[in-house]
Amino acid sequence: MLKYSGKSVYKGVAMGKVLVFNKEEDVVKREKIEDTDAEIARLADAIVKSQKQLQDLYEKAVKEVGEASAAIFEVHQMMMEDEDYIEAIHNMIRSESINAEFAVATTGDNFSEMFAAMDDDYMKARSADVKDISNRIVRNLLGKEADDNNQSEPVIIVADDLSPSETVQMDKDKILAFATVHGSTNSHTAILARMMNIPALIGVPMNLSEIQSGMVAIVDGVKAEITFDPSSEECLSAMNRIKEQEVQAKLLETLKGKDNVTKSGRHINLYANIGSVSDVGYVLENDAGGVGLFRSEFLYLGREDFPTEEEQFQAYKQVAQTMAEKKVIIRTLDIGADKQVDYFEMGKEENPAMGYRAIRICLKQKDIFKTQLRALLRATIYGNISIMYPMITSVSEVEQIYEIVDEVKNELQSAGVAYKEPEQGIMIETPAAVMVSDELAKMVDFFSIGTNDLTQYTLAIDRQNEKLCDFYDSHHPAILKMIQMVVDNAHKEGKWAGICGELGADTELTETFVEMGLDELSVAPSMILKLRQIIREMD
Amino acid sequence: MKNFDYTITDEVGIHARPAGLLVKEAKKYESKIVVKMGEKAAEATKLMALMGMGVKKGDTVTVEVDGADEDAAVDGIKAFLESNF
Repeated sequence: MLKYSGKSVYKGVAMGKVLVFNKEEDVVKREKIEDTDAEIARLADAIVKSQKQLQDLYEKAVKEVGEASAAIFEVHQMMMEDEDYIEAIHNMIRSESINAEFAVATTGDNFSEMFAAMDDDYMKARSADVKDISNRIVRNLLGKEADDNNQSEPVIIVADDLSPSETVQMDKDKILAFATVHGSTNSHTAILARMMNIPALIGVPMNLSEIQSGMVAIVDGVKAEITFDPSSEECLSAMNRIKEQEVQAKLLETLKGKDNVTKSGRHINLYANIGSVSDVGYVLENDAGGVGLFRSEFLYLGREDFPTEEEQFQAYKQVAQTMAEKKVIIRTLDIGADKQVDYFEMGKEENPAMGYRAIRICLKQKDIFKTQLRALLRATIYGNISIMYPMITSVSEVEQIYEIVDEVKNELQSAGVAYKEPEQGIMIETPAAVMVSDELAKMVDFFSIGTNDLTQYTLAIDRQNEKLCDFYDSHHPAILKMIQMVVDNAHKEGKWAGICGELGADTELTETFVEMGLDELSVAPSMILKLRQIIREMD
Repeated sequence: MKNFDYTITDEVGIHARPAGLLVKEAKKYESKIVVKMGEKAAEATKLMALMGMGVKKGDTVTVEVDGADEDAAVDGIKAFLESNF
């Protein structure tokens, strides 16, 4: 088994046989020729042929990937007409009495180097275009047909690098994925791969001599990994993900843009849970109505020190802006229990799930909390941000939070920093919060039920403990009664209630949740359309 | 000989396709048309040289036109730059 990581340009999973795409190593030999005029005439013929091929490619690409992406072949045609380029080739043929192939290859290299040396990513990427047109002319000079892909079964293309004409000439139905050693996210190959919806990895440090055509590989665009000769376990998991992907794709087509409404007209909001700024793409792709849980922990995890206010502000702002006016519910710091961070210096606890975590840290170490609140409030003016506080057990905790929020607001006001009043809500994830939810509902704008912790605390079962699997019933009536109680108490005060725990995505319960009167379910982006389908089929 | 200055407002600067169209436009005229920026210069009929100048958004180029139809060429090229760059 061989595993490599690269940069993903299109997220998706593919599995299949590898085709190592050897750029026809047009090893061009330098040859002395007698008749330079005849050589130049031969070159002219090859250029005419090349132009014709490019025109055909252009037309093919317009049909398959659209005008904008096809324009590259128009550019290739224009480049091939370039006076300096043609003149340089003619000069070489004449002055050195050499064959046209060698003159074209050398000139191509020279021009390509000029672009590669430019201080501009866009222009750097053009060096591949110059090489591409030169290779085409050389192939025509040699009387070789343009590369045709006549493989019969779909394959994963593995190559050092791919030129635009190589990618577009390939039969799309026969390509599962791309993985290349070189290439930039700006290259046309990357752009085309995205347009074609083919999983693609670039910048993968593969040793091509170790890889043979016919090997099985898995390209994982989500993890940005390619695995050659995967284990049967990995194959199975990839197959499942591919199946999911196919189902998802079909759902996407039919359900995008539709409302989450039952046949009798009951509506429910479907929002997405995300853990980082880059997840927002999935939220939009899957047509979620908003972000129901943005876990801010990612800002704190995997680093040496606290994130600055500015870093946090930029992250929140970016998500809010990308989501436009859609709701973005950001949960304040939920560190502790299973999420430990060294620089918090929290010390070892006997029972971390019931320990110093989440809002408890924030209320004790106010400076950490205030930094986050400042960043959040500043970001409010860039979209529709709500703030959500985790691990609440009592009314007095909410009072303490509001005191600190007011402090921060006053500081911002006196510093002349703008913010909008955000909606503020709490997670209901302790039995205590459920029992006092009538009181809490008077204080907050919304409830979001964190079913993972609520179940663990209510059933007194540690979910990490495998021995307890048989005792763990996620559909336990106690939990469902609690959810009903929370929803009713919220509605009595005219507030809304949702679920952001894993149970929210449990399709066996979707109908129950709608009937209970839940206003919102926040789930993994990939579950949005599935739930929408169930809801739309309900009476 | 005539000349005029033009400041690029296109996000990507003088990139491939519009540069190619500029070449086509420039070839319509007899006059010699040269695009200059600082020490760099390229004939407007030469695509790769134009691209090689690395002209970016906000850069100001000087266009020099010299020849029998220079008046028409200045008008034509100016209009072209304004609508494409």
